[in-house]
Amino acid sequence: MTPSVNDEELARTTPLDQFDVSRPELYLREGLHPYFKRLRDEDPVHYCKQSAYGPYWSVTRFEDCVAIDTNHKVFSSDASVGSFVLDDATLNPVVENGLFLPNFLGMDPPRHDIHRKVVSPAVAPENLERIEPLIRQRSQKVLDSLSIGETFNWVERVSIELTTMMLATLLDFNFEERRNLTRWSDVVTASPGDGVIESWEQREKELRQCEATFQKMFAERKAAPPKSDLISMMAHSPEMADITPEEFLGTVVLLIVGGNDTTRNSMSGSAMAAHLYPAEFEKVRSNQALIPSAVSETIRWQTPIAHMRRTALCDYEFRGKQIRKGDKVVMWYLSANRDERVIANPMAFIADRKNPRHHMSFGFGIHRCVGNRLAEMQVRVLWEEFFKRFSKIEVVGEVTRIPSCLIHGYTSIPVRLSK
Amino acid sequence: MPKIKYITHDGKEYDVDAHEGASVMEAATSSNVPGIDGDCGGALACGTCHIYVDPAWFAKAGTPAQDAEQEMLSLLDNRQDNSRLSCQISMSAELDGLVVRLPRGQH
Repeated sequence: MTPSVNDEELARTTPLDQFDVSRPELYLREGLHPYFKRLRDEDPVHYCKQSAYGPYWSVTRFEDCVAIDTNHKVFSSDASVGSFVLDDATLNPVVENGLFLPNFLGMDPPRHDIHRKVVSPAVAPENLERIEPLIRQRSQKVLDSLSIGETFNWVERVSIELTTMMLATLLDFNFEERRNLTRWSDVVTASPGDGVIESWEQREKELRQCEATFQKMFAERKAAPPKSDLISMMAHSPEMADITPEEFLGTVVLLIVGGNDTTRNSMSGSAMAAHLYPAEFEKVRSNQALIPSAVSETIRWQTPIAHMRRTALCDYEFRGKQIRKGDKVVMWYLSANRDERVIANPMAFIADRKNPRHHMSFGFGIHRCVGNRLAEMQVRVLWEEFFKRFSKIEVVGEVTRIPSCLIHGYTSIPVRLSK
Repeated sequence: MPKIKYITHDGKEYDVDAHEGASVMEAATSSNVPGIDGDCGGALACGTCHIYVDPAWFAKAGTPAQDAEQEMLSLLDNRQDNSRLSCQISMSAELDGLVVRLPRGQH
């Protein structure tokens, strides 16, 4: 972190045509909000001519993000025309003969609908009721392992541990090797020099191990009678009978990242919010009927996925700007969730906010997060069990963040708990 | 004020007086009827206000008017022929007495 950087000042004085809100250092120092605010106010559909990812449009207002997200006939997610994240390298081959990771988030209808509906029942309310006791048990165990007064990294001990266990359960992945899931999840969205991987070749190598592991699981589950885990569901699904090995890996990767980095950072965001807004935390502790509302507010306030991207399938005029066929269009969920036009006092964490569910974090339209209720349940159970054991959480050291314009979250939050 | 009866998946009934022009989703959320979430606020963008129109009301309120509603409905696991997104049913005198049933959960 460079303490001399004043983002408020820079956001005010930098000419708009030099704005590039995708720069990782902005996320590393959580300096992006003043830039987003200026874009929302002065140039809500903004063209960035040059970035590490090439030129792209930034859509920063809430209603505009909803408009793009729900217009999938013009703004495509399909991997064949681009990607659903700004960086093409995340899902498309970077090294020669490298991995391509197609999945239903990167598909348009009708194939999208067919694949999505195969996995959707696993995270439907009926199934969630069934797995909630297990999630509660694990959350209890993890929280019971934390000592009062000890300083520890909340991200590592709580957020990563709980989300990884959940994912291992949904996939029926070897429980002892579950940290491989965490690693692969990090590797997918990594780029060289970000502290996760050193080179594209290293990323490729690790993802090949992921592929081999899941191909083996797929073959085993296919040969065995159907079970309720996601891999078995896919292996036995008639709708996915023609799934290619690449699509299978792409879908697995989507489930790993979608079920891991996201909820992980909502759990980490919970600790940050509790520390930064002690009065709000206290409000929830003394009236636990507010927990569901506080959970939605945490997911809004944190916005674990900072953006989703689409690619224009044709020339299209949007809010007076001429978008060209093939242009990358980025919906900045992180900015939409801070849009004063829709959300009152948006920078603040307000546990009993009116309409807490009305946020952008899950996206809208046909690609809306399929695991949204699972995520909410995991975070809700964490808060419920936390309050049974502790009354306060304090951040007691330097917080480190992920230098990514996609995953908006933390690598380290040193905390201390009080009884 | 036209009346709506909401019946939850476990048989609990909620009777609500709706404002003329309000949607079946809005009437539920503003009266704290559990089981309708309405995350997107009525923008036809999320599918979390899914309901089943009672067979007696199917002719008047059972058919989605827009392709976009069909599209969101088609992604639901528990869709039936009488499924609607309740944000897209606007209350009027003609629908006075409407009966809708709620799924077990929204997602």
